[in-house]
Amino acid sequence: MFVVMALLVGALYAAAFYLLLARSTVKLIFGLLLLGHAANLLIFSAGGLVRANPAIVPPGAESPLPGYADPIPQALILTAIVISFAVLAFAAVLVKRAYVESGTDDSEEMRASEQ
Amino acid sequence: MLPALPIIIPLLTACACLLFGHRARLQRALAVLGAGGLLVAAITLFTRVWIDGVLVLYVGGWQAPFGITLVADTLAALMVLVAALMHLAVSVYSLANVDARRQRYGYFTFMNIMLMGVCGAFLTGDLFNLYVWFEVMLIGSFVLLVLGGGRAQMEAGIKYVTLSLLSSALFLAGVGVIYGIAHTLNMAHLSQRLTLAAEADPWLVVAASVLLLLSFGLKAAVFPLYFWLPASYHTPSPAVSAIFAGLLTKVGVYALIRVFTVVLPPSNYTLNLLLVTAGLTMLLGVFGAVSQSQIRRILSFHIISQIGYMVMGLALLVSPDPAIQRLSVAAAVFYIAHHIIVKTNLFLIGGTVRALTGTERLDRLGALLNRAPWLAILFLIPALSLAGLPPLSGFWAKLAIIKAGFEAQQYTLTVVALFAGLLTLVSMLKIWNEAFWKPAPDDEITPDDGDRNGPPSRRLALLVTPSIVLAVLTLAIGLYPQALLSASQRAAGELLDRAGYVSAVELRPEPVTQSETEKDAP
Amino acid sequence: MNSLVFRTTTRAVTPLLLAFSLFMLMRGHNEPGGGFIGGLLAVTAFALYALAFDAGQARALLRVQPRTLTAIGLVLAVASGCLAWLAGQPFLAGLWLPFDLPAELKLGTVLLFDIGVYLVVLGAALLVLLTLGEE
Repeated sequence: MFVVMALLVGALYAAAFYLLLARSTVKLIFGLLLLGHAANLLIFSAGGLVRANPAIVPPGAESPLPGYADPIPQALILTAIVISFAVLAFAAVLVKRAYVESGTDDSEEMRASEQ
Repeated sequence: MLPALPIIIPLLTACACLLFGHRARLQRALAVLGAGGLLVAAITLFTRVWIDGVLVLYVGGWQAPFGITLVADTLAALMVLVAALMHLAVSVYSLANVDARRQRYGYFTFMNIMLMGVCGAFLTGDLFNLYVWFEVMLIGSFVLLVLGGGRAQMEAGIKYVTLSLLSSALFLAGVGVIYGIAHTLNMAHLSQRLTLAAEADPWLVVAASVLLLLSFGLKAAVFPLYFWLPASYHTPSPAVSAIFAGLLTKVGVYALIRVFTVVLPPSNYTLNLLLVTAGLTMLLGVFGAVSQSQIRRILSFHIISQIGYMVMGLALLVSPDPAIQRLSVAAAVFYIAHHIIVKTNLFLIGGTVRALTGTERLDRLGALLNRAPWLAILFLIPALSLAGLPPLSGFWAKLAIIKAGFEAQQYTLTVVALFAGLLTLVSMLKIWNEAFWKPAPDDEITPDDGDRNGPPSRRLALLVTPSIVLAVLTLAIGLYPQALLSASQRAAGELLDRAGYVSAVELRPEPVTQSETEKDAP
Repeated sequence: MNSLVFRTTTRAVTPLLLAFSLFMLMRGHNEPGGGFIGGLLAVTAFALYALAFDAGQARALLRVQPRTLTAIGLVLAVASGCLAWLAGQPFLAGLWLPFDLPAELKLGTVLLFDIGVYLVVLGAALLVLLTLGEE
């Protein structure tokens, strides 16, 4: 399982960087999206892959069932997903505005800020 | 409660500005009031930390390492203090420099959100929480960068947003790997556990360190990760450029210093990497500056070159002598504080030049010495301080760094630092010659002030007062460097005393649970 | 989208979605749910309405400006943290009323925080959606 996850994380990173290097700014957004997913999956795998009980105290008990999964990586990923949701929404609007302003989605032609 | 105030006050100010966005006067009053409140809170925090030592706040009452901990040590308190000062200066400047349309679309709101992120990043004692504050800061800065803008701002925005998000993703990956190694995120706890982990498998820890180094290096704009900065910082309003130039990259440097002193175990591999990076950053930054011909673009490249000096202070930790280590970290802290003040001021003055003449291209400027001699003096103070001339604050900052460099026997790097200082002086004199000294070019000068906010004299007063205050501060630090120097030395002492940091945070003794033992052996 | 079926269904579904979003908000303390999910569900209600009619009518249905909602939500969230401070506890610590409402509803600062999150999510997401929809 660990090997599969490692390969998956690698594939996601590869795809993300491929898209980031593309000239189209729309692909840029998808690249950033995949980059976030890759990092999240990396956290998930690095936190330890176990088949275990949820880390919730059942009603009436004092502690969760023994052998519970670590909830921290899940909490981290949840936070990271929410943040990337907000940031990517902004980035999508930005790309659209930039397209309207400069009439192109080719990042090679976006040189107005360098003149 | 005190450590949380620099986070709560900007947040509440942002809410108030959001609620009263349609009432221009009230919103401006609230923004300045909020900035003033932040400064008061920062001064109180610094005084308390100075008298009582490190202040720790367990947010939500969750003991370390289980909850999020805010840790205000001398470095954090000093940084918050300087940031609050810049915020107030730039807020006042914005009253005259940022047009009403941008203010209505949330200029002050996002300025305060960015400040909340900056203060949070300084104060947090938790690695993942640092990521969250970075994101808060970034969201604020994204909006400020593109607010009300045309083509250049949007295109600069795309570059800045992409590189910032790349940096965040790298940070997140680093946090994941570190959590995988140590199963904790509290910085004090990490300090203990990563030291143990580094004894078992040093290269795994180095791999995680390099991920963090890349991420913070991107934020701090060190070689070879700085190309986004000169492509974006000159596009927004001058007030926005000023606060970006003063604070944002320095948050990256702060994160580098914090993580590579307190959290990660010392490793010569990463420190040597930083040494090389520092030299190249100084040199290439200043080369870039010499080749530019627009005020804010010259200043943008200088940010990069100056970052090199701060990173050099951190990288000199390779020296095994504790006295030199203390000197070099103290020099880096002193340099950051001095640089934030000077750089913000230079960008503000650049904005004033633009407001007076309508341009910041050096070939179209000229003879400002006759038109506004007071502005020329105001420019010279931070400019010469940046170049490191006595008796200004930059002299002491450079002197401390170079002394540390010689004592650590890093002669090549130190000579590079001296040479970069010389080129800094050259390019500052270039701005002086072109904008202030040479005769005015023939074409008509059109002031860029219009009739936006009140009569010109009042507007000019709002533009110049923050610059005067910051220039006086630069002079004061230069004439009496002892105050800032002793604060920096104390900050360095705390950073290098890991055991002291850990005991200040008071980790709860950990019960050995089942999941804990399970996870140590996968 | 000009479809009678879609419009009629939307009229019926929107209140249901809003009620469900409130249910998720209240349920969030001990079970899956909470302010964020609740807020997103409420956003889907308005988004559906904007699709069936138009963004302007969805804005009219909301009555308040989205940015006002965001601001109020933020203030509530900060206030819930500061209440604990006023009571002598660390910032953001949970405080509870001594009595329970029917149906095991506990009232406390945590719920206040969740309501704040609900409003922030609703306001911020609608601000983006409606602005894009009106362009």
